Amino acid sequence: MRKTEVLVVGGGPAGLSAAIAAASMGAKVLLVDDGLKLGGQLVKQTHKFFGSHRQSAGVRGIKIAGMLLSDIEKLKDKIEVVSNTTATGYYQDDGVVTAMTGEDVYMKIKSERVIIATGASERMLTFPNNDLPGVYGAGAVQTLMNVYGIVPGDRVLMVGAGNIGLIVSYQLMQANVEVATVVEAMPYIGGYLVHASKIRRLGVPIYTSHTILEVYGKDAVEAAAIVKLDSKWQPIPSTKRILNVDTVCLSVGLSPLIELLWQAGCKMKYVPQLGGNVVLRDKYMRTSRRDIFVAGDVAGIEEATSAMLEGKLAGLIAASDLGYAYDGWEADREDTLSSLEELRRGPLSEKIRSGLKEVVVEW
Amino acid sequence: MEKFTDDDVIVCRCEDVTLGQIREVIRRGYTDPEEIKRITRAGMGPCQGKTCRDIIIREVARITGKRIDEIPVPTYRPPSKPIKVGLLAEESD
Repeated sequence: MRKTEVLVVGGGPAGLSAAIAAASMGAKVLLVDDGLKLGGQLVKQTHKFFGSHRQSAGVRGIKIAGMLLSDIEKLKDKIEVVSNTTATGYYQDDGVVTAMTGEDVYMKIKSERVIIATGASERMLTFPNNDLPGVYGAGAVQTLMNVYGIVPGDRVLMVGAGNIGLIVSYQLMQANVEVATVVEAMPYIGGYLVHASKIRRLGVPIYTSHTILEVYGKDAVEAAAIVKLDSKWQPIPSTKRILNVDTVCLSVGLSPLIELLWQAGCKMKYVPQLGGNVVLRDKYMRTSRRDIFVAGDVAGIEEATSAMLEGKLAGLIAASDLGYAYDGWEADREDTLSSLEELRRGPLSEKIRSGLKEVVVEW
Repeated sequence: MEKFTDDDVIVCRCEDVTLGQIREVIRRGYTDPEEIKRITRAGMGPCQGKTCRDIIIREVARITGKRIDEIPVPTYRPPSKPIKVGLLAEESD
């Protein structure tokens, strides 16, 4: 049995920030992450971030990962990192978290406080032949290209015009891959206009109220059909078109990875604005289980900047529960809280704000 | 034109369960995703339902006319990925 004071599950922007905050307070932190390298989705984000300058706007995601990792390094006497390790369960009777490194080392972890920052998984669509090689999640393609330097194919159909779909389309083009078309089932483009304009200027059409109908191919994707949807989301047969593509990229939303929170018995609510079932929590990210906190996409699909701020809050409060502090930490906490509010103030955050209203409570 | 979603579409890749099989058990009256999981094995493979869970819940909602938040969520039973029995046996404390 490994024992620690603050266990952080997940080494993406939320988890890293949580670990840094908790260790800065003085707590002993164990950080487990299933990746071979820390950083979560940040390491493949070659684009510059938006938002305010205080939250690293204008800095590329991968650089932000580097900044967080250097902070982790500075705190290495407080933070123990265990990579390539998946948390496999939470057991309510004794509050033990189990984890497995690779496939050969299994461990039990007991911690005074647990911060769950497990992120999200990509959603799938049901269409004929969706299991053919060449059908990818957009996030998987981003990993393949930007982390491993491998392009997925020659000509791509992108399904979904949210930020991930738009950004990955642009990054495909940067890697010399042709993007045939972007289709979006909603009647409008969900992502930021600046990303949409960038790929439109390069000649890629974005069709709203359109979706993928099916994929054709014997051993791999050889073509895909798209179709226009009517106002009741039904395909209009006469609008079916076949595209010669060898890759289909699905960017149709993310689903919070809530398993551990569910196993811990944290109170949950289905909030579609936040991506599905998410936990109730107070403004400092404490769940209905006093010793368990959340941060990042697992708490509701948002973005890396908010994930880092949530992680910091969770880390500060978890450590403060154990009696740790540093000079001015309370001011830091309030400052983080107001940065988060500021970040969510714009019209583009309306959906997030309405979702949060349903899950942020006072314990 | 073909139907929008075909019955042959694989919903659970781990256990090779099709959308048609899911629809069939829903029509037979199994509208709780936990029951559907146990009957079809969808969601019981190595990935533990990360892809099919949402699809099945949406399909139940569509066929029964219920809202998604009215559909019970199936148990997320640990372990969340396959662990060798030998490893479990070794870990005694």
